[in-house]
Amino acid sequence: MFPYPSLETEKAQDLSPIILPKIQIKNLNVQVEGKQILKNISLDIPNNSITSIIGPSGCGKTTLLKTLNRLLDDQKEVEVSGSVLVNNEDIYAPGAEVTHIRKKMGLLSQKPFPLPMSIFDNIAYGPKIHGIRDKKALKQIVEQQLINVGLWEEVKDRLDASATRLSIGQQQRLCLARGLAVAPEIILGDESTSALDPISTQTIENLLIELKEDYTIVLVTHILRQARRVSDYILFLYNGEIAEFGRTEDVLLNPQNEITKQYVKGYIS
Amino acid sequence: MISRLAKDKIAKNSSALLLGLSSLLILLVFLGLLWKAQPVLQEYSLGQLLSESVWAPLKGKFGFLPFIMGTLWVTALSLLLAVPLCIAASVYLVEYASDRLRNMVLPLVNVLAAIPPVLYGVWGVLFVVPLLGTYVAPVFGISSSGYSVFAGGIVLAVMIFPIMVSIMVEVLQTIPYELRAVSLSLGATRWETIKHVILKKAKPGLLAAVVLAISRAFGETIAVLMVCGNIPHLPKSIFDAGYPIPALIANNFGEMMSIPLYDSALMFAALLLFLIIFGFNLISRLILNRLEGQHS
Repeated sequence: MFPYPSLETEKAQDLSPIILPKIQIKNLNVQVEGKQILKNISLDIPNNSITSIIGPSGCGKTTLLKTLNRLLDDQKEVEVSGSVLVNNEDIYAPGAEVTHIRKKMGLLSQKPFPLPMSIFDNIAYGPKIHGIRDKKALKQIVEQQLINVGLWEEVKDRLDASATRLSIGQQQRLCLARGLAVAPEIILGDESTSALDPISTQTIENLLIELKEDYTIVLVTHILRQARRVSDYILFLYNGEIAEFGRTEDVLLNPQNEITKQYVKGYIS
Repeated sequence: MISRLAKDKIAKNSSALLLGLSSLLILLVFLGLLWKAQPVLQEYSLGQLLSESVWAPLKGKFGFLPFIMGTLWVTALSLLLAVPLCIAASVYLVEYASDRLRNMVLPLVNVLAAIPPVLYGVWGVLFVVPLLGTYVAPVFGISSSGYSVFAGGIVLAVMIFPIMVSIMVEVLQTIPYELRAVSLSLGATRWETIKHVILKKAKPGLLAAVVLAISRAFGETIAVLMVCGNIPHLPKSIFDAGYPIPALIANNFGEMMSIPLYDSALMFAALLLFLIIFGFNLISRLILNRLEGQHS
């Protein structure tokens, strides 16, 4: 489907301009409270595909995800150097407007966190913030996004009810719909199914696979089987460095790096 | 083994007993006040006592309306001043301030809470009263000594500020970071996040902080007594003197023996204060329960 962007094919990628990388990370270094979390990350994340970030706990998966929407800015004592280009624009450039950057990325966190408002308002929140006031338009967005995540039939009669009354699986789909409502281009998932039961997990995974038609998706996961099920590309992070990056089957079946081999076989986790 | 289980039982039962005793205390206070207020309650109807505005114990006139209104004015003014300030201060401390600043300011706020009320009273007399009388009241074309419900409101606002801020800060700190992250990741600014998400989520807790502060404000005696003017009439403006219920009791207790029904009338004032605070807490508990049921 795509030429594979591992080390030896970097040149090959240059030769095929059809595949535009959505996100280009160049020499990214991140320090949090004096500790180096990410070291020299350079990586192109391809458009319209799912890229999973895997690796043992504490290897910097979530930090990497948070640098993509600059949510890391919000933490204390963070130093970021290098650049992250989204659509060829450096989101760490001095004048880059952070609200604009974040609007392009929907975040799906570990546990669903519905905003303290109704189901309708949860989804309408983002569009309202970005200036959509027209009630009809908002209604349409809410309906459309709820249909997209397969929640419409379940909640259409109680849009005014509190979002916290939904089951946890429904809440996570609501959160996905909420993220999609601001019309992002990228979806970031931070272990988005770790709090869900197997059936809700499957629903979310299937949704993500459907959504990659229109979005670029980056998932952090610690479940190897999930990475295998959903992703086109796998990035294996180890101690804040890229140990391996490539197409899913290559990384899982034919890992080049000794550490990746051990991880894939389950010797380290 | 048996002795350990026995100890467990003793601990459980004795703490239950202590809890029962402290609850009983509330009942005893209520009954005691009710009993002592009986003479005046037998002489006059409840409606008369609450709605009459003339206070002349020597002539046997006991109208409590001025004191009720005095209490309400002072409390309402203090809240009007303190609540917005406290919300702004605690939001700043939690959402914007650096850890260093927060760690510096919060202990300071706690020191403010530890200052004895009489010092706030002195500050009010030396600073707030002259300021109001000389500078502020003339701006509105009112001549006032400065001893007024407004002065009481200001002093009280300063006094309830520390307790309200420290509770509000704690309430805001309990809101999970992820909720902020959700709003920020949708492209909201920090202020939008605070306005639409944080304050909404924190509403029951913030209200609880206000309730606690109000309960304190209702009962605060000495500082308010020093700056309010203590004239038993209905205040017509914020620059008018007022006479809150706690001040009435504190000022007159001890010199009431010779006048018939006076002591009983003061006991009735105490009962009134007790009921106001009790009823207020009850109502706010109900409101809080409803709020907590919504969206949380």
